[in-house]
Amino acid sequence: MEDEKKRKKAVIKFGPNACMHAKLMAQPSRIKPTKILEAAFTPPIVEYPGQIVEVKLGATKGEGGTRRKSIVIGGEKSLTFYDSRNPSPHPPVVSCDVFDMKIPLPKAIKMHIESVMEDPAAWAKRCVDKFGAEMITLQLTSIDPKMKDTPPKEAAKTVEEVLQAVDVPLAVGGCGNPVKDLAVFKEVSAVAEGERLLISSVSPWMDTKGAAETIKKHGHVALALSGMDMNEARELNRTLYSILPREQIVMDTSTASLGSGLEFTYTLMARIRLAALMGDYELQHPMSSGATNAWFARESWKKMAPQWEPRKLRGPLWETVTALTSLMAGVDYVMMMHPAAVRTVKDVIQRLMEKRVKKPEKTTDWISIRI
Amino acid sequence: MKRRMRRNGKREIPSPLDLYKLLPRTNCKECGERNCIAFAAKLVNKDASIEECPPLLEKEYEEAKNKLWKLLKPPVKEVTIGTGNSAVKIGGEFVMHRHELAYINPTAIAIDVTDELPHGELLKRVKEVKDCTYTYLDQELKLDLIAVRSTSNDRARFKRAVEKVAENTVLPLVLCSFNPSVLKAGLTSISREKPLIYAATKDNWKDIAELALMYKCPLAVSAPNDLNLLRSITQTLIEYGVEDLVLDPGTDPNDGFLDTVNNFTTLRWMACREGDELLGFPLIGAPIAVWVNLERAPDVSKWCEASIASILVTRYADLLIMHTIDGWAMLPTMILRQNLYSDPRKPTGVEPGLRIFGEPDENSPVMFTTNFTLTYFTVSADIQSSDISNRCYLLVVDTQGVGVQSAAARASAAKGGLTADMIARAIKESGVEEKVKHRTLIIPGMAANLRYKIEDLTGWKVLVGPSSSAEIPDFIREHWYKERKS
Repeated sequence: MEDEKKRKKAVIKFGPNACMHAKLMAQPSRIKPTKILEAAFTPPIVEYPGQIVEVKLGATKGEGGTRRKSIVIGGEKSLTFYDSRNPSPHPPVVSCDVFDMKIPLPKAIKMHIESVMEDPAAWAKRCVDKFGAEMITLQLTSIDPKMKDTPPKEAAKTVEEVLQAVDVPLAVGGCGNPVKDLAVFKEVSAVAEGERLLISSVSPWMDTKGAAETIKKHGHVALALSGMDMNEARELNRTLYSILPREQIVMDTSTASLGSGLEFTYTLMARIRLAALMGDYELQHPMSSGATNAWFARESWKKMAPQWEPRKLRGPLWETVTALTSLMAGVDYVMMMHPAAVRTVKDVIQRLMEKRVKKPEKTTDWISIRI
Repeated sequence: MKRRMRRNGKREIPSPLDLYKLLPRTNCKECGERNCIAFAAKLVNKDASIEECPPLLEKEYEEAKNKLWKLLKPPVKEVTIGTGNSAVKIGGEFVMHRHELAYINPTAIAIDVTDELPHGELLKRVKEVKDCTYTYLDQELKLDLIAVRSTSNDRARFKRAVEKVAENTVLPLVLCSFNPSVLKAGLTSISREKPLIYAATKDNWKDIAELALMYKCPLAVSAPNDLNLLRSITQTLIEYGVEDLVLDPGTDPNDGFLDTVNNFTTLRWMACREGDELLGFPLIGAPIAVWVNLERAPDVSKWCEASIASILVTRYADLLIMHTIDGWAMLPTMILRQNLYSDPRKPTGVEPGLRIFGEPDENSPVMFTTNFTLTYFTVSADIQSSDISNRCYLLVVDTQGVGVQSAAARASAAKGGLTADMIARAIKESGVEEKVKHRTLIIPGMAANLRYKIEDLTGWKVLVGPSSSAEIPDFIREHWYKERKS
């Protein structure tokens, strides 16, 4: 009853013009206006009951690590990029993928990193210095028993090398083999204790609690990876809560590429973020997205009819659009590869995060330009 | 002013019960449904319209019908540009987020030409627009309109250009100028084809409104980065008698991009959540505005234009005006709008079972994939892309419409997981064992983790195939025909 009253009140507050308009429309004979009828309005500032937790990635000397600065993601109280009067407290972060071995990559990416592909430290340095990466995701692909089966100690050494080469916060990725990943995460977590790494990833199909224990013991952050399913994501977070504080969990519900199911990714992220803001405790975590997956879509790398070429532009644009679409759904941490895509996405983030009062009207007169 | 978010805010999608109360409730079945509540459920999902209930058309239900119509009316008005088969509908949207129902009319894309283009170039460009089509899954993606800009500001020139374009395309047009007499010159010959008039502004609105009324064409309203002015002009035009409006809050690709995204989002919010009828019209975005800055290299402008277009597709633009027509830049936007405007309520799976490609024999390869629509169409297109692979058996395993990678990662069959059990059963049920002599199954690279379990359960030998189905032809050449022979 109380709600109903309030709502009615709001109708009157919001829509005087709409009501007036309805009345006028009902009149049979119309008097044409001779000047503009003022119909100003104020959109409401929307407040949600829930808030995303803030997660700190990386640690400075003062914080127990060696990073130049740490990065905080999350903390949103409203939908991302919906209302500049109610902005997200922290900008989304762009992290570049670096692999610990030479892997097959599309030519469009390879041409930018060919000379460093066998030196992860140099590769990471290039991503930070040249491409503008704010973080590095070191993918320890070589630990896969089906690849080089690199032992945990050696993998941890690579992590140390990369930590020395760059001063941005670091994420460390496994190979997807649940047993080997855990063994490596244990070693890496111990060696990099205090660095507040983002351990990528802790999944339901591994010893989740074992991984969480390790992450907790050495003060890192878990990237909780689930399938594209809201309940699976909830369940995983619930499992992690028994060990990890919420401030040490970032969630990832898998990213499909533009053209290969991006709509599922987009809508799931949007649903998760809305549910979280509406108060769903188990989903109130910053979200991560692997926009690098864009390169799985054939249209990103395949040679096509001349009309759609060159692919060296089409491919990175594919990654850009995949990343931008996840950003619009509310992603806080996006993993990328191509330097042009990274630059565009960072540029868009910067422009959408600007803190300023509304600029005066500025006409963009595209009608009369001669291109 | 602050609003606490509670459920869907002010304007909510009606429930079947809300509608049921207004229906005759006689369960007469004339609509083809079992009863009135079933019909109400269909109304809510936009699977039926109120005209399908004959009793409602009778006088005694007139009031109820009007109430229903009001409840079911989209908060964003649907506006039609053009006539006949290639007419384009924009707007007609109900929701902010596609999971709340579905987005209805995909963002239309208009490509520009100018009235100063030499004859040959103009025709070439019109043809390029027509030829920009791409087959994606089982759909033909294409561009929707041509926007004729008057850069000359000359009546005769504009008229000639508009006529020339109209003669050479079936696509609807957008006529772009702020000069009423130029627009009028363009409208005289093609007004019957219902082009969109772009645009009424705070300075010219009266003359333009007269044109829209005289020629009965939809009209765009432009008020760059000033939503109050936009709403005021809209109100004025409605009072003037113009009904089909399209709103342009301005697209600033540079310093004002934050405002642009903000304006689009606010407009759709006001329509869908606050029920503001003055702002409940389709929205125009103009990624073409990146070309105002001519200092950039053309490829950079195209890249920026495509990036901005993709953001505006996610942020409620119902019509985009673009300059780029290069395939590499257009394709991501075309696919993105297909993706986001696909109906999330539709099942994502195709019929499981055995598919036969070409004329395979007893030595032909046997492969499997999951029944996720996207996966299935992609894999089958790749198999058909080469003679070497277009002779095989493909088992489509029922993962309840989940793709290979996510299905293989799930341990149980309960929620679309893929298990060796299911594959064993699919082999048995398909009868493929009678069709081939060999016992070798090629599995998707993404499902490599199931390899040994499948071998144990079926007695078949497993060959782990590529992770991308695009490599299937090469894989079959290398690993099926070459290796197995040697």
